[in-house]
Amino acid sequence: MQKDKNIINKFTEESDYKYGFYSDIETEIAPKGLTEETIHFISKKKNEPDFMLEFRLKAFRHWQTMKEPEWAHVKYQPINYQDISYYAAPKTKKPKHESIEDVDPELIETFNKLGIPLEEQKILSGVAVDAVMDSASIATTYKKKLAKEGIIFSSFSEALQEHPELIKKHIATVVPYTDNFFAALNSAVFSDGSFVYIPKGVSCPMDLSTYFRINSANTGQFERTLIVAEEGSYVSYLEGCTAPMRSENQLHAAVVEIIAHKNAEVKYSTVQNWYPGNKEGKGGIYNFVTKRGICKEENAKISWTQVETGSSVTWKYPSLILKGDNSKGEFFSVAVTNNKQQADTGTKMIHLGNNTKSSIISKGISAGFSNNSYRGLVKIGKNANNSRNFSQCDSLLLGDKCGAHTFPYIEAQNKSSIVEHEATTSKISEDQLFYCLQRGIEMDNAIGLIVNGYAKDVLKKLPMEFAVEAEKLLSISLEGSVG
Amino acid sequence: MLSIKNLKVSVEGKPILNGLNLEVAEGEVHAIMGPNGSGKSTFASVIAGRDYFDIKEGEVKYLGKNLLEMSPEMRSKEGIFLGFQYPVEIPGVSMTNFMRAALNEKREHLGLKQLSGAEFIKIMEEKQELVNIQSKLTNRSVNEGFSGGEKKKNEIFQMALLEPKLSVLDETDSGLDIDALKIVANGVNYLKRKDNATILITHYQRLLDYIIPDFVHVLYDGKIVKSGGKELALELEEKGYEWIKEITNKE
Amino acid sequence: MADNNNTYNSENFKNNLIKLYESNRKYFSSDSSEKTQKLRDKAFKSFKEYGFPNKKDESWRFSKLDQLFRDDYEFDFEPKLKKFDVNKIFTCDVYDLDTYCVTLINGWFAYKNSPLSVLKDGTIIGSLSKALEIYPEIVEKSIGSTAKIDQPGFVSLNTTFMQDGLFIYVPDNIEVEKPVQIISIVDSKNPIFIQPRNLIIVGKNSKLSLIHCDHSLSHNISFTNTVSEIILNENSYIDHYKVQNKGRNSSLITSIFFKQKSDSKIINNAITLNGGFTKNQIDLQIEGENCSSNLNGLYIMDKNQHVDNQVLVKHNKSNSYSNQLYKGIVNDQASAVFSGKVYVEKDSQNTKAFQNNKNILLTDEATINTQPFLEIYADDVKCSHGATVGQLDSEAMFYLRSRGLCEQTSKQLLMYAFTNEIINEISIEPLKNNIASLVEKRLKGELSICDQCILNCDSSEPKFIQNILD
Repeated sequence: MQKDKNIINKFTEESDYKYGFYSDIETEIAPKGLTEETIHFISKKKNEPDFMLEFRLKAFRHWQTMKEPEWAHVKYQPINYQDISYYAAPKTKKPKHESIEDVDPELIETFNKLGIPLEEQKILSGVAVDAVMDSASIATTYKKKLAKEGIIFSSFSEALQEHPELIKKHIATVVPYTDNFFAALNSAVFSDGSFVYIPKGVSCPMDLSTYFRINSANTGQFERTLIVAEEGSYVSYLEGCTAPMRSENQLHAAVVEIIAHKNAEVKYSTVQNWYPGNKEGKGGIYNFVTKRGICKEENAKISWTQVETGSSVTWKYPSLILKGDNSKGEFFSVAVTNNKQQADTGTKMIHLGNNTKSSIISKGISAGFSNNSYRGLVKIGKNANNSRNFSQCDSLLLGDKCGAHTFPYIEAQNKSSIVEHEATTSKISEDQLFYCLQRGIEMDNAIGLIVNGYAKDVLKKLPMEFAVEAEKLLSISLEGSVG
Repeated sequence: MLSIKNLKVSVEGKPILNGLNLEVAEGEVHAIMGPNGSGKSTFASVIAGRDYFDIKEGEVKYLGKNLLEMSPEMRSKEGIFLGFQYPVEIPGVSMTNFMRAALNEKREHLGLKQLSGAEFIKIMEEKQELVNIQSKLTNRSVNEGFSGGEKKKNEIFQMALLEPKLSVLDETDSGLDIDALKIVANGVNYLKRKDNATILITHYQRLLDYIIPDFVHVLYDGKIVKSGGKELALELEEKGYEWIKEITNKE
Repeated sequence: MADNNNTYNSENFKNNLIKLYESNRKYFSSDSSEKTQKLRDKAFKSFKEYGFPNKKDESWRFSKLDQLFRDDYEFDFEPKLKKFDVNKIFTCDVYDLDTYCVTLINGWFAYKNSPLSVLKDGTIIGSLSKALEIYPEIVEKSIGSTAKIDQPGFVSLNTTFMQDGLFIYVPDNIEVEKPVQIISIVDSKNPIFIQPRNLIIVGKNSKLSLIHCDHSLSHNISFTNTVSEIILNENSYIDHYKVQNKGRNSSLITSIFFKQKSDSKIINNAITLNGGFTKNQIDLQIEGENCSSNLNGLYIMDKNQHVDNQVLVKHNKSNSYSNQLYKGIVNDQASAVFSGKVYVEKDSQNTKAFQNNKNILLTDEATINTQPFLEIYADDVKCSHGATVGQLDSEAMFYLRSRGLCEQTSKQLLMYAFTNEIINEISIEPLKNNIASLVEKRLKGELSICDQCILNCDSSEPKFIQNILD
């Protein structure tokens, strides 16, 4: 027993959050507070077309009528929305970076420290990167190469300038601004993000990646990502995020929309590593995110893979609407919470078309004093004949001060469909631990090993480089100060 | 009794049977042999009316009627029995209730009076003896927790109860030890009459030591490529299926 | 549901009930002791504050209450008949099963000679209101000790208006010889709202079987809001059955609160075969170690019927076991809800808790909503849950049909087999056989809303049964 306690104590000690540094970059920050003027300010700063400003204002007016949701299994200090700055961008001489040479070396250095080199020649792997710091996109690599294939991969702001018609056509078609409190807020004040457009029949030759970084204090980050995959196209998209260590909480409310047309496939992978706060639960990011994709036509496929290790509070349900016949949805998630972190995450699979299939694999790992909840809805509409869902949601508990919860919602209205949900909750196996120890493996490594094994089903869905990073992250998140 | 002409069947677009022809008359025992994946089990399922398969072409006449138009239960009531290769477990349905319902359905079809519980038990006990199946099995749910051998014996027991005209036994010998094999074979032999017929689907010659077939057919690539008497089985045992592949591919 | 008045809503209904209580206080104060009066006041205050649950209330999300809110309910604050021959009005019999049978008519305990009987072994069975008069020390200690009144819902309402119901007290070290059967009858020409309150206390090392049947004597509109508190002392055992076969115009909300002390054991079976609107809430608090509980449920719904089973199992102590198994078949436009929750409190180590809900959906108009939740705050646990919605196994269907069973019979057989897992859990053999044949009939469409007790469907003549009140 005492030995058990020792292990647990180790894991409740403060983690090494190696991305917790702050970059001293001259930044332009909007005054705190949120009014219609703020929105005019943001829109003007970004030189946006009128439709965008109107959209923002509508969203803002609607947001003012809404109440913050309370149903999630999380508790946090109320957010004062007037005490946040809604725009922060690194100051540069030029409004837009024509090439990487124009980017402030300090910025490049920041991303280098994060392990995201922006100079194309330094990138070993064939991954195109859009780097977003605070409210603005810094640089997008491989743009030209991608453009040859007709692929658009740019920051959201640039896309608004260069392809306003595409944005106008697709924005808010999957997540309307009325959807929920945080989506409405994002729609009103979103700053930047990525835009991806894969034309008909094109298989994107490299993984696309966006790296989000919150740097400034007292700011919120509200990015917006829109991915459109035309008929028969394919893209794999990766998202990573970090923030400096601060004792105040910072709000991150993003919206991601994915549209997959006939026979198109989109893979969306996230490694979320926002600052989780310290071991007393002070500071950290409130990660309130709305992510949703639609398989609009037949045989479309979208999969979400997420590794969630950061943020002090997470509220996130990457969802799919399976509208096209034979379309497929997948959700693979590993969520780790330690210390005083709280996560309420899962998915929604809305089956509307015939023969639609969805799979959910969720692995929750709770340690310290944290609470980790899976919340998922599987809905089979009346007309979704022969649809099929399988969900497996497992929870692993490390220590007796944390909580692991599973909240599945199944709503079935079709007689030819099959829905299956399975879940287990247990503590880490002592037999497995002992086996590792007996073979001479240190306790910390043994736990890392077992947890990684437990999460394998999900980790193997990640692209290579990401998987390696995620595996390390899992061990680090749980390892505490023992490295 | 059974006349199959140019039967073509596919599953999910993949052809399995590619023009199968077979004639079975009353009083005959046919053995269909063939390597894995040649379409043996598909053939058995199609005769019993599994709707998983697409019938692309061909006709199947049974006692002069178009078999392919009949529902599975109608085929059964008309005297077709399929001994399943993998009998499904149905927890919660007792063997006794199940067989009584089946027998009474058939009797109703034939215009016979329904059996009372007591009458049925009597018949059941008779048949039980025949296949040497313990009564404890009939008290359990259909096939639930049965061993492989018990499941196969249970199929023969059901065959004995239903007294079919045409039995298709799909790999009934697989997974049986020698004693169980003998019991199954004895059951089949005992039930053989001048007015019924049996199609044995098997992988090995072994079963044919106990049930002597009148005809042996070799099924390969969805077609019957060779037919002969019981000696064909021995030849096949000796030379293996490679031999069939060779002679077929030569042609 | 018949004639819905759109303008009449939960707020109106609540206000009417408040007025009704205030203007009829004399019925509720005369028989209340000081302690129960306090409980009543507290419940009334809570009802005034919270009222009825609304759509936002997660546990009521799929059960639309609007149809229950009417302004034409009658309330019997006094029993219409104080004393009458129970044998004449209705009896109910389980073939081959000898029980102590008692009857509630419109929520009031019905008796021939005495409202309260004491068996030879000291077990007390009878009217709650009488028990409060004669054994206040027993009743007061337990009533309201488990039922939660500080939340929206029907428990505070029941507690405000509670007058009568079943009372059972089993002293320590007693195995009650025969099962107790309680038949709760609703009989009224006009729409009626009744609120029975039951209190069952099982002493240390004691054992009780209780069969609880709900049914209607007519097809008239009724709303029954029952609260039962069942307290299990150390090493005690209860085998509890709830059989519901109600008319389509009946609404039934049943809340059962179990409190389990160390080494006690519960087997609970909720079998819902018919009913317009049925909500069964179970709240099980495990307050001791080495407890075990099996909560089973079976529902077979068709037409516009609605059933909602809500189960909370809270492990407050270590080393206990709980298992929920609910199975249902839903046809036509019917709907079924299962919301189960296993809650493992901090430090309730070595808990084993399981939960399973399996459904068969027969049409595209029918709906199933299932929410098996786990909320766990201790690490040394083994918990799992599962939920399925699907159809009959096509392999099995083919097997049956290939043996000559027609599609309809095969379906019925497989549905029956599906229900068997629950029926087999019934440990009282004659009751098991009875329920099995009822379920079979129900699946064949032969058992509909009958005016007879469902446990006596076959006989047209009411049978005499041994009644402890003779």
